[in-house]
Amino acid sequence: MPIVLIVAEQQPDGHLRKASLNAITAGKQLADKAGAELHIALIGKDPAKVADELKGTGAKAVHVGAAPELEHYLAETYAPVLATLATELKADYVGMASTAQGKDLLPRLAARLKAAMATDVTGLNGSGADITFNRPMWAGNVFAEVKLTTPVKVFTVRATEFAAAGTGEGAAEVKAFAPKVEASKTKFVEFKEVKSARPELTEAKVVISGGRGTKGDFKEIEALADELGAAVGASRAVCDAGWVPNDLQVGQTGKVVAPSLYIAAGISGAIQHLAGMKSSKTIVAINKDAEAPIFQVADYGIVADLFKVLPELRSELQKLK
Amino acid sequence: MKILVTAKRVEDPESKIKVKPDGSGIVQEGLKYKINPFDEIGVEEGLRLVAKHQGEVVVVSIGGKEVQEQLRHALAMGAHRAVWVNHTGPLDQLGIAGLLQKVTEKEKPDLVILGKQSIDDDQNQVGQYLAEFLGWGQATFASKVESMESEQEKNKVPALTVTADGKAVRVIREVDNGLATLECQLPAVVTTDLRLNTPRYASLPGIMKAKSKPIEELTPEKLGVDVTPKIQIVKLSSPPARKAGIKVPDVATLVDKLRNEAKVV
Amino acid sequence: MEFQLTEDQRALQQAARKYAREVVRPKAAHYDETATFPRDLLATAFELGLLNMAAPVEYGGVGLSHLDQTIVAEELSWGCAGVATSIIANDLANLPIILHGSEDQKKRLLSHFAERLKFSSFCLTEPEAGSDVANMQTTARREGDEYVINGAKCFITNGGHAEQYTVFATVDKTKRHKGITCFVVEGRPAGLTVSKHENKMGQRASDTVSLTFEDVRVPVKNRIGEEGQGFAIAMATLDNSRPLTAMFSVGIARAALEHSMEYASQRKTFGKPIIEHQAIQFMIADMAMNTHAARMLTYESAWLLDQGQRNTLQSSYAKSFAADMAMKVATDAVQVYGGYGYIKEYPVEKLMRDAKLIQVYEGTSQVQRLVIAKELFR
Repeated sequence: MPIVLIVAEQQPDGHLRKASLNAITAGKQLADKAGAELHIALIGKDPAKVADELKGTGAKAVHVGAAPELEHYLAETYAPVLATLATELKADYVGMASTAQGKDLLPRLAARLKAAMATDVTGLNGSGADITFNRPMWAGNVFAEVKLTTPVKVFTVRATEFAAAGTGEGAAEVKAFAPKVEASKTKFVEFKEVKSARPELTEAKVVISGGRGTKGDFKEIEALADELGAAVGASRAVCDAGWVPNDLQVGQTGKVVAPSLYIAAGISGAIQHLAGMKSSKTIVAINKDAEAPIFQVADYGIVADLFKVLPELRSELQKLK
Repeated sequence: MKILVTAKRVEDPESKIKVKPDGSGIVQEGLKYKINPFDEIGVEEGLRLVAKHQGEVVVVSIGGKEVQEQLRHALAMGAHRAVWVNHTGPLDQLGIAGLLQKVTEKEKPDLVILGKQSIDDDQNQVGQYLAEFLGWGQATFASKVESMESEQEKNKVPALTVTADGKAVRVIREVDNGLATLECQLPAVVTTDLRLNTPRYASLPGIMKAKSKPIEELTPEKLGVDVTPKIQIVKLSSPPARKAGIKVPDVATLVDKLRNEAKVV
Repeated sequence: MEFQLTEDQRALQQAARKYAREVVRPKAAHYDETATFPRDLLATAFELGLLNMAAPVEYGGVGLSHLDQTIVAEELSWGCAGVATSIIANDLANLPIILHGSEDQKKRLLSHFAERLKFSSFCLTEPEAGSDVANMQTTARREGDEYVINGAKCFITNGGHAEQYTVFATVDKTKRHKGITCFVVEGRPAGLTVSKHENKMGQRASDTVSLTFEDVRVPVKNRIGEEGQGFAIAMATLDNSRPLTAMFSVGIARAALEHSMEYASQRKTFGKPIIEHQAIQFMIADMAMNTHAARMLTYESAWLLDQGQRNTLQSSYAKSFAADMAMKVATDAVQVYGGYGYIKEYPVEKLMRDAKLIQVYEGTSQVQRLVIAKELFR
């Protein structure tokens, strides 16, 4: 029987990275289509606690490898351990969530396995041995259906496209194994958590972005973001003008976001920007210019001054509470 | 210090990408091309490192004759010479990494800098494949603590620094919820994230000087790499078009719609 | 015949376009509104080598061919014609040295422009001697190893910020144009004063001043060419710079065309975008066709210079056609925008004001026609 192996991820604080559960759902879908068994891999210094959580996700087995050298994640130490496991299990597919770790690790793992890889998979097609992956290209302006022709196939999963797996179904067998950790040419130095009162742009359920129309004044945008627990974004023009830091840039060369609610305030909607946000579930546009291209993608538009609309919107939302 | 930097030719991020009706590719007509923005950041970082530690920046690009334009751009920015792997036809990440491996083995740089991904394929794989193929350390998504390249920012510790003994590179990486710092023994592979730096403009004297800088031509055959793709693109399609929604007259209506129709607040 | 830019020319064009789009455009409205000197934009232009394109490489310049310079000029003017005029002012002022300076003069008077951001001004026009250069009133009197200059110059670009002035003065008024001589005044010597900053209609980012010379002393070694050669030097300089000013018109017109196309596809009247109305289509087609025609004329006039050929006729064709064309195209752009076109919040009224100056400076459109007629009957 073919094997699908999903790599779960433990955060530096010891908790399971939630996106792993979305990747497990993708793994299940793949296993169903390919007529395969779903296995989960988890490695680290102290993965036991997280392993229990993964037991109930419906996999056949959870392979847990613990070693002190795996305390800090490094692609160079993790990839060989996982490659050995995948080879021993004769895994046909190896997948992981498209987190920073997933994106760093899986290509290196794929290289070890001489495998071709699909990044940011959003959907699966076909059945049996004839499986194809859907994935975005050109910042989501194009979707490609791709077939990997190497014996082992590797992929990362765009978490927002798959529901999180429940943790209460079935009881997978937890199989401990002893990883042989190779020496690494890279040394972990430190991890600095960047604490923000606001959620990460790419993870936020609500994003409020400001454009040229703000003339650099983000106070109202921030106030509304605080009200909604939203992340703040910006158009490229605003970042280029130096009004806000570059890491707020939403767009093809910035961050690609897909929240449930995206509010674009004073953004005209250049192609560059649209590429970064048009997969959002609901888009609201606020712009003085009724002809601004942003209205062509917005579900709801208001033609008005953002400095008038945003405070009003904030007080209306407060009333709802 | 010798630094090898990639310079992939990609569609201008400002251009509108349209899929051909039969899904076999994108419409090429009227498209403009540029150096991959992440690679351009790599060229800039290479130039900054070489300005501090001496040495040379070698740029490499794979593709038809047209990729010389991107190589010239990197040369105009200040790179010293270029390697062009002449190859037309399909190529996947395994193929690209295989070619770059051979070029790296030939050039023997201390550091290879690549964009974290190219903005056409968006695969985010080649740097990692290359590091594994070479058996080198990798530090992906090199970034800066703060993002803005203001005057103060330029004076801060860069995200990429060579250690005092010159044997390793220390890299600040952008990861989930924070910044991780790694130290890779040289030679190593680094991939760049958006906020690493703001690339300089090619100057007019730079452009004129670039004319006389050498571009070495190689081919997959000469490098002995089989580039038969292992990724087949079955079909391309456009994402479902969003249909324009409605304009609402006031905030009260907006809130009502968001609550009762879209159910997002 | 080649009707395609070379790869290098495309690279130059892209570099200039990037500067124009990312550095100049975002601040163009500000400098137009405030009529202040765009020092930050010019500092970046200096770093990119835009400020001294014409000087040969051995004297610190970029050594671009005339054709290459016009390619760059179109982009600069597309960004902002006022800024473009300020940028090109250095090359204009230094052309007499480039064309007629001795080896020593080129080393002393050109090379230092590569060291840091510095401006140079071309001082020809006078209150009573514009198109009629031979009526020059500024005098140069020889005293030993020096000349003493007295007089007034007007409409001097970058004059308030320059550290070197190329000045035309007559050693003998009775000789009319045969008395005119060219000098380079270094620094800001005693007796050289800026008397007035002009408040212009357009191209407001460029600094335009009047200068007075009261017993300004210039060493003989700073005389370019011989006494009496000044007129020929000035005319040769203007033959060289005319393709550039012609191309400024093309840059303005292209900006006007692009704005009009964008606006016409967004703005709706009677239920459809106005670009679907034939009246607008015709206007835009005319704008595009004339812009391109002017570009081709200008390329030819610059190409002739690069071939070492005389281009007086063709550069006058280019300058007068392009300047009049830009005025018409910018005016039509305002028309396409309708009422909004007349409002300063929209970008096209500035283009109309900027275009007007090109019909006037460096030989009016009428003077160009005089030259054309003269050349035709030569």
